[in-house]
Amino acid sequence: MSPVAAPTNETGDLTRLSAARMSELLAAKEVSSRELVQAHLDRIDRVDGAVHAFLRTMPEQAFEAADAVDRARAKGEALGPLAGVPVAVKDVLATNGTVTTCGSKILENWTPVYDATVIEKLRAVGTPLIGKTNMDEFAMGSSTEHSAYGATHNPWDLDRIPGGSGGGSAAAVGAFEAPLALGSDTGGSIRQPASVTGTVGTKPTYGGVSRYGLVAMASSLDQVGPVARGVLDAALLHAAIGGHDPHDSTSLDEPVPDVVAAAKLGAARDLKGVRVGIVGQLRGEGFQQGVLDRYAEALGLLEDMGAEVSVVDCPSFEYALGAYYLIMPSEASSNLARFDAMRYGIRVAPESGPATVETVMGATREAGFGDEVKRRIILGTYALSAGYYDAYYGSAQKVRTLVQADFRAAFEKVDVLVSPTTPTTAFKLGEKLDDPLQMYLSDVATIPANLAGTPGISVPIGLADGLPVGLQVLAPARADEWCYRLGAAVEAALEDQWGGPLLNQAPALPEGTASAAKPVSGTEGGAR
Amino acid sequence: MSVLSRDEVAHLAHLARISLTDQELDLMATQLDAVVDAVAVVQSAVTADTPATSHPLPLTNGWREDVVQPGLSNEAALSSAPREEAGQFRVPQILGEEP
Repeated sequence: MSPVAAPTNETGDLTRLSAARMSELLAAKEVSSRELVQAHLDRIDRVDGAVHAFLRTMPEQAFEAADAVDRARAKGEALGPLAGVPVAVKDVLATNGTVTTCGSKILENWTPVYDATVIEKLRAVGTPLIGKTNMDEFAMGSSTEHSAYGATHNPWDLDRIPGGSGGGSAAAVGAFEAPLALGSDTGGSIRQPASVTGTVGTKPTYGGVSRYGLVAMASSLDQVGPVARGVLDAALLHAAIGGHDPHDSTSLDEPVPDVVAAAKLGAARDLKGVRVGIVGQLRGEGFQQGVLDRYAEALGLLEDMGAEVSVVDCPSFEYALGAYYLIMPSEASSNLARFDAMRYGIRVAPESGPATVETVMGATREAGFGDEVKRRIILGTYALSAGYYDAYYGSAQKVRTLVQADFRAAFEKVDVLVSPTTPTTAFKLGEKLDDPLQMYLSDVATIPANLAGTPGISVPIGLADGLPVGLQVLAPARADEWCYRLGAAVEAALEDQWGGPLLNQAPALPEGTASAAKPVSGTEGGAR
Repeated sequence: MSVLSRDEVAHLAHLARISLTDQELDLMATQLDAVVDAVAVVQSAVTADTPATSHPLPLTNGWREDVVQPGLSNEAALSSAPREEAGQFRVPQILGEEP
């Protein structure tokens, strides 16, 4: 008898399997990549009308990639662990020949003529790319409500936000529409959606994963990373996309930390001698009681597994949110200047008066950008303007120094830092849409790592009033493996208590509403 | 006290080349004023002596050898252009007419 059980022995539904399990079944030829792609596209057909995680599906490309992998496997070629495992892609990453909107109207017709490096890497290892996921416009938001193409809904409660900006990727894996997805994290856009959807997401060390082909929001903060349902799955994707890229001048020329080995080590649940620091500034005030309850239990688990847990002060974290909402808009105002209606994207003529470059630019950006993007561009323009630069952007950069110093001091005392990933569970759609400042507070715990360039992961630690809560594990720069080791330990201990993954407790999704995702046949680009 | 006036927001929007409507200006001035008020807290955290940091990691420029690499074809570079002519981007008039 084969040591690898057939999928029917597990749930009968291929979409419920972990990516690691899919990988085993593919290697054992118990399942084909084509079957996996078909199962996920079927699932998208059934449930994405309710969830709206996808902007586009790419069935032709996905089947083509799946068939190529299946043929290679039949010939006995050596294949990587993710060969044949479908992956969804946040629409912030350039995909050659497939429209990439970044959630914005201004890019509604932009067909990239090149692949982002991470996309190129995934194509090279043979992962079928099944679709592009929804996001807040230009990755600006914490709820996916700022997408020009409609909000994504949280699979746990369709009236609630899936987080943002990568709510589409998190909801896609949470709703079993994809086993894995790519995200990008500038202030928490991978970790916060993971937290509120009961999934796993990692922001790698800055420079650990190439940003070439990522539509830039804030270049000193942006980082591409994996979105998954389990820690090992996230590690497998991280390993596949990480590494140096000569196309990205901020890419680290160093080997990818062995995150897969770390996830496997963590699952053994032995944390003897591991020093864990509770961030003193990220608990208590502003945090929902249910979140703090699950957090306290998770800290207890870490101690049970042998970790030495202590409180570590990071006083400058109090100012991190303020610094972030100056640095990010400043960099965004500069990066988004490229959307000038001249070389790509939509072009809109002014309603009246002469159509000059200046008036066309103004009319196009007015029509093509949504409210949040306009707000941040104007805020950034203000922070960088003569007379205010020192007070705002300058002070924010100084706070950045202090945040880095706090991390450095903390990591002299402990191996990892922990906090709740988000102050609250998923809020209702529309609840914070008219109050930008309240929305910004969703990122209070995730932002420090972006300012410092350090890695962080969010793993589910239970429910508060029926909604998922996440634990954030932060590690020193270039030590991403610590996130995976701790994350996997907590996951293993909790799944033992729960009798399986947290997502098994999620309510069934309504089926049958037509999906809003546009299926793309072949490619949309090429010569006109 | 208002730190950011409606007129200032209008000026900033012009600098950023976004033709806001009057209604948008009203709303955005109120919202941005609240945000600026909140983020101004950073000023109290630092002193003149605190060094500034612009980047998370101390990276130096990544150079490559100065050799020709494959690039985009003319057709590919123009494939998403709003308008093109003779292998070039066609853009609106750049300088205004003299009155």
